[in-house]
Amino acid sequence: MSHQLSRRRFVLGLGAAGAGHLLSRAVAEAAAPDPLLAGRPLVRYPQKTDLILLTSRPPQLETPMTYFDRAITPNEAFFVRYHLFPIPTRVSLDEWRLRVGGHVDRALELSMEDLKTKFRPVALTAVCQCSGNSRGRFSPRVLGGQWGDGAMGNAEWVGARLRDVLEAAGVRQGAVDVTFNGLDAPALPSVPDFVKSLPVARVMDWPDVLIAYRMNGQPLPMLNGFPARLVVPGWYATYWVKNLSDITVTDQPFEKFWMKPAYRIPDNPCGCVEPGTTPARTVPISRMTTRSFIASPASGSRVGAGAPTTLKGIAFDGEYGIRAVEISDDGGRTWRATDLGADLGRYSFREWSARWTPRQRGPHTIMVRAFNSIGESQGLEPLWNPAGYLRNVVEHIDLEVG
Amino acid sequence: MRTLARALLVGAVLLSHAVVAAAADTVTITLPPDHGALPPGPGMEVTQKACQTCHSTDYIAMQPRGGEAQWRAVVTKMIKVFGAPIPDDDARAIVEYLAREYGPSR
Repeated sequence: MSHQLSRRRFVLGLGAAGAGHLLSRAVAEAAAPDPLLAGRPLVRYPQKTDLILLTSRPPQLETPMTYFDRAITPNEAFFVRYHLFPIPTRVSLDEWRLRVGGHVDRALELSMEDLKTKFRPVALTAVCQCSGNSRGRFSPRVLGGQWGDGAMGNAEWVGARLRDVLEAAGVRQGAVDVTFNGLDAPALPSVPDFVKSLPVARVMDWPDVLIAYRMNGQPLPMLNGFPARLVVPGWYATYWVKNLSDITVTDQPFEKFWMKPAYRIPDNPCGCVEPGTTPARTVPISRMTTRSFIASPASGSRVGAGAPTTLKGIAFDGEYGIRAVEISDDGGRTWRATDLGADLGRYSFREWSARWTPRQRGPHTIMVRAFNSIGESQGLEPLWNPAGYLRNVVEHIDLEVG
Repeated sequence: MRTLARALLVGAVLLSHAVVAAAADTVTITLPPDHGALPPGPGMEVTQKACQTCHSTDYIAMQPRGGEAQWRAVVTKMIKVFGAPIPDDDARAIVEYLAREYGPSR
């Protein structure tokens, strides 16, 4: 760690010697850290680049905002979130098998070769976002992983359709849920194993749910689920079970700890309650809300007066695709359109960019909001729920002009 | 001679591919040690021992600060929901430690 910090200082030093404008920007970024992330070290885990440390065991690593000026998040920069420890640190494909069983006609034990050759590979670009992304910004604050905004990423996934695999096993009449378990394990027998479920009727009718074995053209990093993980596009990452080992069809509703009481939201259209109160009824979290971010320039940067600045970032939603991204420099009174980047599909980050020319010197706030293709957008006031999920308030950056 | 050289070359290529394939089929990583340490004070050792059974102590340090009620709820959840084997006396000492070191007034 310390050598990484000193390397960063060395890079800053090069900027000072080489190019004044590079230095001023780097210093501006360093001088205006996100207060939530202040004091959190950058760490480098295996197969990963420098990421923001939330917790070391089980590992939870956050992607810095600078990576969200583009649609695809590099594998090495993709966030990491485990619930249990120990996590797998060695996987051999000679030994690894994906077991499919439970309420089926034929239990399967699939090797990676089986998964790749017996089922048609499907490619899909999709956002993986932690349910609690941005939880650290809730007010009143809530317990749990105190994420900034970097518990999200977007990748092209290649894998077999879950539906095809379940059809090969033959789902029996009376099936209710499908459960997913990975190679992570509880430290104590009393700790509930991390097992998630989806309704069987939903997944048999949803060809986009994948058992993914490639991520941006490469095998998955271990900490992102090698050798295979579930991809449930449009739904929060809690369902995207990593280091997948077992798929089990049940003939009863599956309601173990990580489905109930964990990962639940208030059972109402906003998934929210009055701050500080407890919801009367809850349901499992599912589809992601609409969000958008400004990644460049970094909040706190200084930009020149009278000259255009290029603003860049990404937007996404749960399933319908982004129709428009807008910015405001007057506190949300007026909004103007931005240019959208390539459409990589309705589950993907959508890049956006805009040229913005400040009219006067001094502090400026730029806000961003997105609309999906069914008109869902973001509010100016944050919604609240006790678990710190679904955050999608309008985001902003602060710039100093002059 | 030329045939032998070619055979050796082919063998070397096959061998190198085998090594690459074997390397790609087995992935091994080594995780870094836990980061961070609890501040010293009465109850620190028992807190460290109990909590580190399942997670690093940076889980504690990142939480919002809170009084005894917050930390009692957290410790109770660890015992009741996750089955942490913490005797009552230790649980009381842990709550006191957390409320002091991670309390609202600091």
